[in-house]
Amino acid sequence: MTEAIEALKALAIGLATTFKHLFRKPITEEYPEYKRPLPVRTRARIILTRDPDGHERCVACYLCSAVCPVSCISMQSAQKGDGRRYATWFRINFARCIYCGLCEEACPTSAIQLTPNFETCEKDILKLVYEKEDLLVDHGGKDKQYCFYKYAGIITDIGDKGDHIKEDKPVNIKSNMP
Amino acid sequence: MDWLIGFIILVIKLGVVLVALLLVAAYLVLVERKFLARLQIRYGPNRAGKFGLLQPIADSIKMMLKEDIVPAAADRMIFLLAPAVVAMTALLMFAVVPFGNNWMIGGKKIPLVISDLNIGLLFVFAMSSLGVYGVALGGWASNSKYSLLGGIRGAAQMISYELSLGLSLVPVVMLARSFSLVDIVNAQADYPFILVQPLSFVIFILSAMAESKRIPFDLPEAENELGAGYHTEYSGMRFGLFFLGEYVHMQVLGALTAVFFLGGWRGPFLPPPVWLFVKIILVALVMIWIRGTLPRLRYDQLMALGWKVLIPLSLLNIILTGAILLI
Repeated sequence: MTEAIEALKALAIGLATTFKHLFRKPITEEYPEYKRPLPVRTRARIILTRDPDGHERCVACYLCSAVCPVSCISMQSAQKGDGRRYATWFRINFARCIYCGLCEEACPTSAIQLTPNFETCEKDILKLVYEKEDLLVDHGGKDKQYCFYKYAGIITDIGDKGDHIKEDKPVNIKSNMP
Repeated sequence: MDWLIGFIILVIKLGVVLVALLLVAAYLVLVERKFLARLQIRYGPNRAGKFGLLQPIADSIKMMLKEDIVPAAADRMIFLLAPAVVAMTALLMFAVVPFGNNWMIGGKKIPLVISDLNIGLLFVFAMSSLGVYGVALGGWASNSKYSLLGGIRGAAQMISYELSLGLSLVPVVMLARSFSLVDIVNAQADYPFILVQPLSFVIFILSAMAESKRIPFDLPEAENELGAGYHTEYSGMRFGLFFLGEYVHMQVLGALTAVFFLGGWRGPFLPPPVWLFVKIILVALVMIWIRGTLPRLRYDQLMALGWKVLIPLSLLNIILTGAILLI
């Protein structure tokens, strides 16, 4: 008998709880009307950034393409007259991309970066294949100041050997013998 | 001539009731989804039309346009017929429910009930028992183990709860001294039977929920263990028919609750059919509220509740009512 009363009491408590929830404001965030501000490091739509001087950061080293678990990045490298490497074409197939962010981690020049913009749906799947002009932006993304060629010991218009940051002048290997 | 007029009136009544039942069934799905959502502090469907009012139409169009798949190993004939049994028995049950007093049009009496059977209550139980065939045979004919388990569970559950459903109504019949639903409503002219038979009412509601396989008793379909149970293999409009049958059944049981305990179409100010409608919706809302609160029972708990609690209680109730009526 006490069991039955306890069961009825539990039942009443349960029903009262759900009844109270009936008058609460729903906690649903209605998406297209309300867009939740996303953290800066949210991984979505990929961009190719530029350094502070406005040059393309990408040196077409193929590291992102190699690390990509679904092989959705492809490119063709080339070299400019001033010694800079660049990608003649650069293609990301967003229909395949899983937004894992490994390309961003692999990138030695901070060129490829993921942004919080996830609203890239298309009805036609081929529209999800982004070319270089779709990917290139004219800012530095998360890493605004970094410029790869200022540190790399490569001869470009930025500097000759020894002109780069934290780089010593080249020594004559014949003059520093013991 | 007289015969023809009677026939035309019957066809009109049938048409109106059928359309109303199907329309209300469609919108009951929306009501359930919205109300359940609010119980769970969500909004529910609100994209199709204003407040999601076009959702049932969108759903039914989707159902009708979907491919109707029959599994290769299924027993084709039974598989195709089972959903119709479920939907049809649920619809037929409403035939004996009175939704108003007699109307007088041009000196001719039009009773607002499709058929005033003098054994209306037994007809309801017969139809409700036939509904079990739809579930059990649908589950069996699908030739899938989940469907079969669902069908067996459905049969066991519905047969068990039919007993307490029937027994809980014996006191009502004793009070009204008739099996006819019209007479039962007329017997409640002074007061609804819920006031004198609260125990019967509770037993009836519980058994009715088990009969219509609603959530605390939804073992036959149990999404998370059987993957929709007896209608796992159904798709398109055949699944739609099962779904429709379930919601029509819910309405019919709401109507029966109203007829047996809440005074049927009786009520002040509003016209009788509106009162019946209001009572049906109230019962449905209570069912949804319970659905939003309680988890599914375990199989042994279900059987224990039916056989060890509800049936002895309803038997006791019959004896008590009989004793009081005798005194």
